Amino acid sequence: MSFYNKYLKVKDIDFSSFFEKITESHILKAINKEALDVYDFLTLLSPIAQNFLEEMAQKSHEITIQNFGRTMQLYTPMYLSNYCVNKCSYCGFNLCNDIKRKKLSLREIQEESKAISSSGLRHILILTGESKKESPLSYIIDGVKAVKKYFDSISIEIYPLTEDEYREVIRAGVDSLTIYQEVYNETIYDRVHIAGPKKNYRFRLDAPERGCRAKMRGVNIGALLGLDNWRKEAFFTGLHGKYLQDKYPDVEISISLPRLRPHIGSFNDIYSVLDKDLVQIILAQRLFLPRIGLTISTRESQSFRDNLIPLGVTKISAGVSTEVGGHSSNTKSDSQFEICDKRNVEEIRKMLLSKGYQPLFKDWMAI
Amino acid sequence: MDKFILGGVELNSRLFIGTGKFPDKKIIPEVIKASESKVITMALRRVDLNSKEENILDYIPEDCILLPNTSGARNAEEAVRIARLAKAMGCGNWIKIEVISDNKYLLPDNHETIKATEILAKEGFIVLPYMSPDLISARNLVDAGAAAVMPLGAPIGTNRGLQTKELIRILIDEISLPIIVDAGIGKPSHAAQALEMGAEAVLVNTAIATAQDPVKMGRAFNFSVKAGRIAYLAGASGQKLYAEASSPLTGFLNE
Repeated sequence: MSFYNKYLKVKDIDFSSFFEKITESHILKAINKEALDVYDFLTLLSPIAQNFLEEMAQKSHEITIQNFGRTMQLYTPMYLSNYCVNKCSYCGFNLCNDIKRKKLSLREIQEESKAISSSGLRHILILTGESKKESPLSYIIDGVKAVKKYFDSISIEIYPLTEDEYREVIRAGVDSLTIYQEVYNETIYDRVHIAGPKKNYRFRLDAPERGCRAKMRGVNIGALLGLDNWRKEAFFTGLHGKYLQDKYPDVEISISLPRLRPHIGSFNDIYSVLDKDLVQIILAQRLFLPRIGLTISTRESQSFRDNLIPLGVTKISAGVSTEVGGHSSNTKSDSQFEICDKRNVEEIRKMLLSKGYQPLFKDWMAI
Repeated sequence: MDKFILGGVELNSRLFIGTGKFPDKKIIPEVIKASESKVITMALRRVDLNSKEENILDYIPEDCILLPNTSGARNAEEAVRIARLAKAMGCGNWIKIEVISDNKYLLPDNHETIKATEILAKEGFIVLPYMSPDLISARNLVDAGAAAVMPLGAPIGTNRGLQTKELIRILIDEISLPIIVDAGIGKPSHAAQALEMGAEAVLVNTAIATAQDPVKMGRAFNFSVKAGRIAYLAGASGQKLYAEASSPLTGFLNE
């Protein structure tokens, strides 16, 4: 059994005719229910539910405070290498893009760690492009060991691994896994992943589950919003989250909501995801999955991120650079995508406190 | 004199409070003062000794007992490791065991909790295990060397009050150790109810931390816990008082 079997059952449902039948009373009923089923979830993703964002927001705020308190987990990504053998039409690291490539040496990883940890951050997310030559598992494991003494929690966002390989990175010090499916729609997946190992849809789709089986403490999934109709993609993401949460209750499951950002390359086939759409997704996910973590990155603007804070978000990045060596090196690489919220950690900390939220720098320790 | 002795220490307050979920750690000392609580729990995984400013321990007054908890532990082994780390980090020898392998409802794993309690009690810890109210597990915790038993009133953070009231009542009647109701207490009236029933103390976090005014809510809980205890000692109406002399219905048998 894999989430793929669940996905096959829902992928062809007639979203339009379901949405057409939704009335205001369906929406109010879903908002006021204690435990939402998948139909309620889809109801809250319907076009008509957009007229009830305030009601959904009130409920989402209440549930989030109850489960997570007035707190916000902070983290930052660290790019180890942007060499990549994949041709993904939406990504700046695409093999075909003529960009400045860089791979950090172990010494540079330590420099970068030192620079980031001096900001007070204790949670790090390390990323690489996919290249067995430039960033093989052994390189990533050495990198994890190098950053370990600077941080209390290490997450990875790298190419999908086997279950045994996940166990290996856990042994090296990793506690959480981030892996986005990018797009659940298999046809679009095949189209935007032009060439490279990432073309393997199933291997990627099952990666979060392999991470759970390997005993990751946290697994974070997501769809890159803009590659297909967001209502469908948000629905599939929520179902995937629920599938993992039900099957692996000992793993903290979370969902990221990345919107496509301008990047180096020429991909323009983007489905629009407006601010109010992203808000609707956040609220529907929270009402459907009250205990799930929700992450918003610096892809979003400063003012928009500030407004999202009380709506159900539990984790945000701060002091972000999407360049390899972006925190400490004079010879950094080109970026994966353009970041929008450029505030440093201290600025984010002050903003959170001013909004009545406690910034959490540390919420884990290696045990 | 109504004394509450736990782990060999006489405590002046029957309200324990948690330090998570507050909008700003800086208000914690004020909350502690208003609540008059003397036992303060904190998740060890959130203690950051590297950061002076962000270190939760700096916000807990010195006259309070630190009760580090093993939040984040998924089994007995992890809980034991966290407890040992807490001791090594200077948090004393009191430990609240929290073993949770269910992130959906945050319900404790009694079996693993008993295992961790046994190991840590032997190592000299004052062990306060958080558990699902179950008589057999509670008896096992007594045998394992726990200093108290901490049943949940309702799942963590739900503020639903004493949903497990009947099961807690059984623990109060049958278990010789102090029963401290932990989790689910959402309002001061819930705390009062627990104390009225004969629970020795309560532990409250979410209800205080997420209140509009946490300091004022801390004070409200302080009063409610005191009121509940006095009511218990006074023998609240409806309680069976075996010492009652008059037998209006069967007294004729003795005539």
